[in-house]
Amino acid sequence: MSRVRVLVGTRKGAFVLNADGKRDRWDVSGPFFPGWEIYHIKGSPTDPDRLFASQSSGWFGQVIQRSDDGGATWEPVGNKFDYATEPGTHQWYDGTPHPWEFARVWHLEPAPGDPDTVYAGVEDAGLFKSTDGGQSWTELSGLRTHKSGPDWAPGAGGMCLHTIILDPAHPDRIFAAISAAGAFRSDDAGQTWQPVNRGLRSQGIPDEDAEVGHCVHRLAMHPARPEVLYMQKHWDVMRSDDAGGSWHEVSGNLPTDFGFPIDVHAHEPDTVYVVPITSDSHHFPPEGKLRVYRSRTGGDDWEPLTRGLPQEHCYVNVLRDAMAVDSLDECGVYFGTTGGQVYASADAGDSWAPVVRDLPAVLSVEVQTLS
Amino acid sequence: MIRVVLPAHLRTLACVDGEVKLQVDGPVTQRSVLDALEARYPMLCGTIRDHHGGRRRPFIRFFACELDLSHEQPDAPLPEAVVTGAEPYLVVGAMAGG
Repeated sequence: MSRVRVLVGTRKGAFVLNADGKRDRWDVSGPFFPGWEIYHIKGSPTDPDRLFASQSSGWFGQVIQRSDDGGATWEPVGNKFDYATEPGTHQWYDGTPHPWEFARVWHLEPAPGDPDTVYAGVEDAGLFKSTDGGQSWTELSGLRTHKSGPDWAPGAGGMCLHTIILDPAHPDRIFAAISAAGAFRSDDAGQTWQPVNRGLRSQGIPDEDAEVGHCVHRLAMHPARPEVLYMQKHWDVMRSDDAGGSWHEVSGNLPTDFGFPIDVHAHEPDTVYVVPITSDSHHFPPEGKLRVYRSRTGGDDWEPLTRGLPQEHCYVNVLRDAMAVDSLDECGVYFGTTGGQVYASADAGDSWAPVVRDLPAVLSVEVQTLS
Repeated sequence: MIRVVLPAHLRTLACVDGEVKLQVDGPVTQRSVLDALEARYPMLCGTIRDHHGGRRRPFIRFFACELDLSHEQPDAPLPEAVVTGAEPYLVVGAMAGG
């Protein structure tokens, strides 16, 4: 029988949640790396027992951990993230030039086909690649050195490269998103990049439809339809039907179009999930009600999903990397909150139940579907 | 032998209990002690000093013999009591966070 393994990164360690295909009884293990921030954990699509974790600390910096037994044991691998060329400067919050400095790894994206290949998105924004299981890292510097780089500026959480999507239909195509620079695409395996932000409009930057400068919070793609991308921008939920060439808004009837995560149903490319958050100054759900919104029409028309979620006095946030879907026949949806809850739905979002309630603030959630 | 005391998180990362004892050849300085520490426990590289030029991470302090050595030159000799092993060299995670 199939089963799922949910990988949870929190402010104070990692947790692994296991269940069979029913997803109603959970075994919780952890904390792994207690006391450390775990920005992200993700498994190799080729070898699901190989996991990579980003472990960091304001005191001790960055560590990358690797497991080859599904998270039971871990070993530290390479943590040297050297920018490949003279780092140069980007804009600081006050508009002055600021030297590019490595701070942490936000996102790890293991590549399909080779369990030794993994990408890392880092703050200050850069994309790194390892082909030796994380022992060594090389920057794909064409992104950071794009001519617009000196104009990039950090979002409130830092200038992070937080989203990496590897296009399954075009092996040389990579999407990356940076707060607050925007979305970028490479068609040559990361050597050169172009901003793909046409159609985005962002109040709060001098030129609302500038080529770069947009605070993109998250991108999502369904692997069966890789030309369609969904985006949760700072404000606005957006969709592209041409691999980022242009975007149009699909916020539709959402109660607010601010939010962080966005994800797509495993079997229905038009079914999309977001978690509306009141605003950038109120990082909690509207009316104290935690609601996932689902569109079955690729956006614009959204329905609230509330069964099993708190509908009063709820003031948590759901961060950008803290939602995931499994690929069981009945698609499971998972998300974690800054209040330490991880919620699971075994019926595509119709109903929810907490797997755990009292973890540290959840930074990331990934799920593996295992046979 | 040089005795080194690590903060708890780094002991866990390096899989060691208690003090670390290091053989240091040549002059015993902060640089030579930390070089020997990182050579034996490579997973500590980058967690005490950065990868570039060995600059101390901002929230790390170095103490010995009731002295704060954090701002001393890395190639300055360590106190004799550290060299003889009478006193440990302390790598400390600064108290911070309110």
